[in-house]
Amino acid sequence: MQIRSMHFKGRASAAAADRVLQGKLATAKGLFVDGRRRAVAEIDLEATREASQAIRNRAVAHLDLWLERFEQEATRRGGQVLWARDGAEICRLVTDIARRHGVKKAIKSKSMLSEEAGLNAALEAAGVQPVETDLGEYILQINDNEPPSHIIAPVIHKTKEEVADLFARVHQKPRKTEIGEMTREAREMLRTHFLSADMGISGGNFLVAETGSVALVTNEGNGRMVTTLPRVHVVITGVEKVVPTLEDLATLMRILPRSATGQSISNYFSVLTGVKRPEDTDGPEHLYFILVDNGRVDLLGSDFQDMLRCIRCAACMNHCPVYQTIGGHAYGWVYPGPMGSVLTPLFVGIENALDLPHAATMCNQCGVVCPVKIPLPDLMRKLREQQVERRLRPWGERAALKLWAWLARHPSLYAFAAKFGVRYLNWLAEGGDRIRVMGVAPSWTAGRDFPTPEGRTFRELYKTRRNE
Amino acid sequence: MRVGLFVTCLVDLMRPRIGFAALRLLEAAGCEVVVPTSQTCCGQPAYNAGDRRGARLLAEKLIVEFEGCDHVVAPSGSCAGMIRAHYPNLFSDDPAWCERAAALGTRTHELSDFLTTVVKLDKAPGDFIGTVTYHDVCSGLRELGVKAQPRALLAKMPGVRLVEMEGAEECCGFGGTFAVKFGDISARLAEKKCENVRTSGADAVVLGDLGCMLNIEGKLRRMGDEKTRVLHIAEILVGGAERGS
Repeated sequence: MQIRSMHFKGRASAAAADRVLQGKLATAKGLFVDGRRRAVAEIDLEATREASQAIRNRAVAHLDLWLERFEQEATRRGGQVLWARDGAEICRLVTDIARRHGVKKAIKSKSMLSEEAGLNAALEAAGVQPVETDLGEYILQINDNEPPSHIIAPVIHKTKEEVADLFARVHQKPRKTEIGEMTREAREMLRTHFLSADMGISGGNFLVAETGSVALVTNEGNGRMVTTLPRVHVVITGVEKVVPTLEDLATLMRILPRSATGQSISNYFSVLTGVKRPEDTDGPEHLYFILVDNGRVDLLGSDFQDMLRCIRCAACMNHCPVYQTIGGHAYGWVYPGPMGSVLTPLFVGIENALDLPHAATMCNQCGVVCPVKIPLPDLMRKLREQQVERRLRPWGERAALKLWAWLARHPSLYAFAAKFGVRYLNWLAEGGDRIRVMGVAPSWTAGRDFPTPEGRTFRELYKTRRNE
Repeated sequence: MRVGLFVTCLVDLMRPRIGFAALRLLEAAGCEVVVPTSQTCCGQPAYNAGDRRGARLLAEKLIVEFEGCDHVVAPSGSCAGMIRAHYPNLFSDDPAWCERAAALGTRTHELSDFLTTVVKLDKAPGDFIGTVTYHDVCSGLRELGVKAQPRALLAKMPGVRLVEMEGAEECCGFGGTFAVKFGDISARLAEKKCENVRTSGADAVVLGDLGCMLNIEGKLRRMGDEKTRVLHIAEILVGGAERGS
């Protein structure tokens, strides 16, 4: 996917002023935040978080061993495991597979890795028609390949009416506004693709090392069609998604749907193992796993290894006050919200996403809801530290911080500066209790007043008191 | 009990009366209060800006200034949180300093937490009469577990009726330099908070962090609300006599 993260500021400003967008995001918040609260009340949340964190840590700590085990087990059951270093390699591997099997049409269930790689464009260039079958992803695809704005609810930024207009225009059918009718229409359109596709492409929520299986968590049922109807199934997922055992998978499944959509369990949960055997009635004849690095392996042993625990539930963005205000597009790449503010700079280059680690109030709501206890604000702060170390911050900011930090270490100079600063602000307030325009911080007073200081600093008053 | 009052830079600059209110409350609770005059800032702005070295120098300064106290109290969740939750991490490569930081951290408290759990204040002199709603500041809530403490203190004031607003635990949008770097997002978050404050029908919103106070008060006034008061927990507990001093 094209990286637009350097334009965060402008796009976020526009989104912050978009009340219609915020209305839609508020609906989503109601659904996901309240839903999660209800769902996690059914389990011992803290114990499950601890256990999930431990499982993911165990997997990541010996990633090479679990991946080798996965490869052995998957291969033994007729699968073929391929490794991709980056997005370009994903595209090359998938188009090679398509060519080898004479594929003309590929149906897809949701895969964020395919977004990372820009796979649809590569397939089209290779003469293969990609068809998104997740309803949200389908809507985006027929809307001129619009990027998703959320990792599990990709069209959260659209109203029903917008989708109704789009369907009427693209499907060339009478406009429908009842959701049941609209989904039925989409299902009818997709049905022919399901039946005529030669290849299915899916993501993978988890890989199970001990059985060589891929686990898929879905709600629409399209995932089952994609993975069982066509003769070729290609799974694309990050190398970090492996877990050691089915038992581990069971634990993680207690917390993933609850954290993601507020469901005790998703509508569909599939554990797919091996190719179609003679006694099976369905399943793919050819099964490929493309396991992707694309920046993940570099995180091993780094300050950011905690991020590899991520199970892509989206609770961090659902609960983020900034995401709730600006939505996902402003973040400019595949992953929005707090997870994106950490992953995007790590995957596309810290210098290509300078604003993202700063686009957070550090309220830590993301950290407290994360099912695998990733300290997201701490990781954002570490990225800020790297920006400072690499001198990537603007000159003015660096100078101001340096001056302030120096003053703060020299109490008498600091006291003098504070006294002067307070008098200056009082002068700006012109005797009132608020400052309406503040030259040193115009972005503060553009949207709110700045209350006037009392007049004298605490240290001045305290000194006077002690001398009385 | 020797208690060091860490006034915090924003109280020093903007609202000295909150510092004096905290001082008065601690004295009323029988503490011997010391206010080191060389104190400036805990280093949080540098820390969150990614300037680890600058933050560390200020942390060392603060540790030296307050180490002699039995407890350190700050009228701010984020400054107390900085010392308690983040100082040890600043010295992760220096065991000696790390130990000093951790030792001070465990003795550092946000004001309402200290008054409730350490000195167990039994009554508050404040004379406020009316309805208030409490905004949980992020650091206090999520770094220090400050939630029940200020409410327990407010419950000791006979004239105060507490009503909970919608989304009391949601961020007001301040976030330190975030408020300036992303002024429009910050102001929009403040607006949501102020709408919740106003819908609660409270006469005052009470909280325990200066940055959030300035943000919420500034937004309320810009929205044309001249009525809803924005009070620090220390101010309301101490009452009218101390205000404006």
